[in-house]
Amino acid sequence: MTEIAEAPSPPALDEVIIRFAGDSGDGMQLTGDRFTNASAMFGNDLATLPEYPAEIRAPAGTMAGVSAFQVHISDHDITTPGDAPDVLVAMNPAALKSDLHTLVPGGTLIVNKDTFEERNLTKAGYDHNPLDAEDLAGYRLIKVPMTSLTKEACAEFGVKPRDADRSKNFFALGLLSWMYSRPVEPTMDWIESKFAGKDLIISANRAAFNAGHAYGETAELGAQRVIVKAAPLAPGTYTNINGNTALSWGLVAASQLSGLPLYLGSYPITPATDILHELSKHKAFGVTTFQAEDEIASIGAAIGASYGGSLGVTTTSGPGLALKGEAMGLAVSLELPLIVVDIQRGGPSTGLPTKTEAADLMMAMYGRHGESPMPIVAARTPSDCFDMAIEAARIALVHQTPVMFLSDGYLANGSEPWRLPEVDDLPTIEVRYATEFNMVDEDGNGTFWPFLRGEDGNRPIALPGTPDLMHRIGGIEKEDGSGNVSYDPDNHEHMVHLRNDRIASIPVPEAELEEGSGDDADLLVVGWGSTWGAITGAVRRVRVAGGRVDHVHLTHLNPLPANLGDLLRSYQRVLVPELNLGQLVRILRAEYLVDAQSLSKVKGQPFTAGEIQFAITEALDGLAGITGQNEGGTA
Amino acid sequence: MTDVLNPATQVSDDPVPETSRADWTSDQEVRWCPGCGDYSILTALQLLMPELGVRREKTVFISGIGCAARFPYYMNTYGVHTIHGRAPAVATGLAMARPDLDVWVIGGDGDMLSIGGNHLIHALRRNVNLNVLLFNNQIYGLTKGQFSPTSQKGKVTKSSPVGLVARPFNPISVALGAEATFVARTHDMDRHHMQDTFRRAYEHEGAAFVEVLQNCNVFNDGVFASITKKDVREDMLIDLQHGEPILFGSEKQYGVARSPEGVVIVDVAEVGIEDVLVHDETIRNPSTAFSLSRLAKTPVTPTPIGVFRAIDRGEFASSVSAQIREVQAQVGRGDLGDLLRSQPTWEV
Repeated sequence: MTEIAEAPSPPALDEVIIRFAGDSGDGMQLTGDRFTNASAMFGNDLATLPEYPAEIRAPAGTMAGVSAFQVHISDHDITTPGDAPDVLVAMNPAALKSDLHTLVPGGTLIVNKDTFEERNLTKAGYDHNPLDAEDLAGYRLIKVPMTSLTKEACAEFGVKPRDADRSKNFFALGLLSWMYSRPVEPTMDWIESKFAGKDLIISANRAAFNAGHAYGETAELGAQRVIVKAAPLAPGTYTNINGNTALSWGLVAASQLSGLPLYLGSYPITPATDILHELSKHKAFGVTTFQAEDEIASIGAAIGASYGGSLGVTTTSGPGLALKGEAMGLAVSLELPLIVVDIQRGGPSTGLPTKTEAADLMMAMYGRHGESPMPIVAARTPSDCFDMAIEAARIALVHQTPVMFLSDGYLANGSEPWRLPEVDDLPTIEVRYATEFNMVDEDGNGTFWPFLRGEDGNRPIALPGTPDLMHRIGGIEKEDGSGNVSYDPDNHEHMVHLRNDRIASIPVPEAELEEGSGDDADLLVVGWGSTWGAITGAVRRVRVAGGRVDHVHLTHLNPLPANLGDLLRSYQRVLVPELNLGQLVRILRAEYLVDAQSLSKVKGQPFTAGEIQFAITEALDGLAGITGQNEGGTA
Repeated sequence: MTDVLNPATQVSDDPVPETSRADWTSDQEVRWCPGCGDYSILTALQLLMPELGVRREKTVFISGIGCAARFPYYMNTYGVHTIHGRAPAVATGLAMARPDLDVWVIGGDGDMLSIGGNHLIHALRRNVNLNVLLFNNQIYGLTKGQFSPTSQKGKVTKSSPVGLVARPFNPISVALGAEATFVARTHDMDRHHMQDTFRRAYEHEGAAFVEVLQNCNVFNDGVFASITKKDVREDMLIDLQHGEPILFGSEKQYGVARSPEGVVIVDVAEVGIEDVLVHDETIRNPSTAFSLSRLAKTPVTPTPIGVFRAIDRGEFASSVSAQIREVQAQVGRGDLGDLLRSQPTWEV
């Protein structure tokens, strides 16, 4: 193995955005993930955007098969995976063709030269080789024969050329690791543990990585080695976390904090399936996972477990949420705790399974028949999924209701450094069950009424197995108090209002302006969910340029914060960026009669900070225009 | 961190109290149509429960939607009246979360074989510890008389005014196709047979499926009369008894024998008793039981009742919890702080 010499400290960059693009079979997600982890260990702030096709292996070399991973690393606090990459690594012609437009003008383009031969060029739809033409004149092009160098490096370990081909992503990783002064150890350690027992694969991947690293060091790249220094993060222990893992851990934490065993009923669906995978690993925490026969069974089983005294959870994405509607109504009617997790993706129908969108808000709010209210919480960043999972469990258990948790594909798969919370600081969740009679029957004997509410408005929950408190509940309308089946008109109206008021009166935190807000701004940007990063980035840029704009980000969408109406009305203009056609904005307009404006994007991709910056600037210009007109207006 | 607290899972050392039918009867007025077969099934169960030596608080009835699904309201046990077709799914979650409970699932032919067919076959396939009673009246009652997935071809109903085009499901065949470990049939005209069958279902470890032929006297009156009426039963019901030759008729003059196509009804005098099939519930291969399920054109020809199949196979919920216990025995109880540090970490 070649010794890797560390160069004396290279010049520093404050940030860089790198995009790895290749065929689905090229291992680009893994490459991006490893680069990200090495950067995290190094201490950078970072944000990632994995983008992959819905097909597991689209025909190799085609545009349909291109898989990409964008990572933004910096020496300061950042909130998005970056608007446009500074560096594009294209492993084949299709990746170049599909992703070149994302690269900033003059950006660095690193291509695997070996793949630019006729067959691949044809598959990508090129009638010529762009590497030999003027096509790429506007970029700093670095042509590297990655495949052949990888094969060469692997040959000494007896790796067959065809097998060595699979290691070329590690060559790319090694090269980029050299260019951006990434630590080598985390990747080496990872290779050792990931492929433990498969010595040949370990040797091949290490050899490929080292070859890439050495190539950077020795070759005339035309690219200087730079460093992106560690970001000044708050002291603590950090890990790099994606949204679905954070969410899974948050659910485990909620189970521990409440003392209830966690029960997950789920059915595989992109991009929620990783939660099922993750929680299935945690049997040591007493977690039961149930991969059901369908979406409806998965929520049905979660309701059954919740009725039995578990923390019942079901996880899905939009199409599955549509199927769970009736069962959610049952949980509303039974007033049982339940967490329904929707990792949103592009719709309608199958839509864009692997692409992000946030167009299920209306379905979360109203997607059940009858008046069937559910509290809704939404995470804003990957790590926030941990906190919001605990919050969802708190609302579900304390207020005895099904709760909707909204995340999306971008949060689910995107990652960021997360400062680990102190476990002892996490608030416990108090759960109480009925164990005694609460009523006396006609004969003077003690009896149990399952809907005779306490002062907190909750019905008493007596778990099956509790002596003497046998009772029946159901989805059919029941008399408040006794819980007996009731078709009485006044009782139904009472129950509809009661169920509505129960949810509407759940205390949620006040809406607070984000950091840096509050300097007499006329424009308020209101966001929810995963747009936090892009809005935050945009607002920072506008402020740096002297623009006055505030940002509030809603974590609780039902009920909404009590102070939100007053807050909205205190601004001349309200802008609501959403990855849908304007769903929150409708709710805000209906609830508060404010002239909030929508900024919509539905491309299956998150907002860039630039897109929101542009909209903010336009809105501010509009305000200035109005002011100007007023000043110069004729009386 | 608190440990799991669940007052209901506490195991009582007290002996199971003696109970009577009244103890198992809820205070709710029964609202089935007068003359409905559901009454006799309810009575059979309310009379059986005291004999099983079980606690009311450990007994849960889960139902879907339909006439039969009102059943839980009338039992003085825990109960949930869920939504159409989903009772086996809700019951599966409950049985997994609470292996200490006896969970009964009640539903009709529409509930369990039409809208909920998927949940039924998967609950049976997994062998979840549930007692599933399917009240089959070959009609939709609560929606007032449409054909069901068990209605006979040609049946005239409100939704098939010139006769039903599709063939019906045979519930026993469906259950055997799903390789259920306990499959039985009984009928609402014979309380003792129902009780014997329900008791066997209760005692079975795993999913127990019982089809109860049940009369809907409003929308499908007398549909099983030609086999279940007292004066025809001897000739029209074939009572399966484990280890016994399968014989029926007033003189036990008829029997069931193997044939190239499966099984057929034979005249014992003609073929000789040695050719009559001896019933064995415990054959692991469900083929013979399946053949028996295909014997009858219910309700027109002699129909087998009793236990078609009863085999031991690992129960689902206990196997799932055993995996959890094994992992905990190997690595100990999970520690949240360790979990958060289970990926690479770094200090700032």
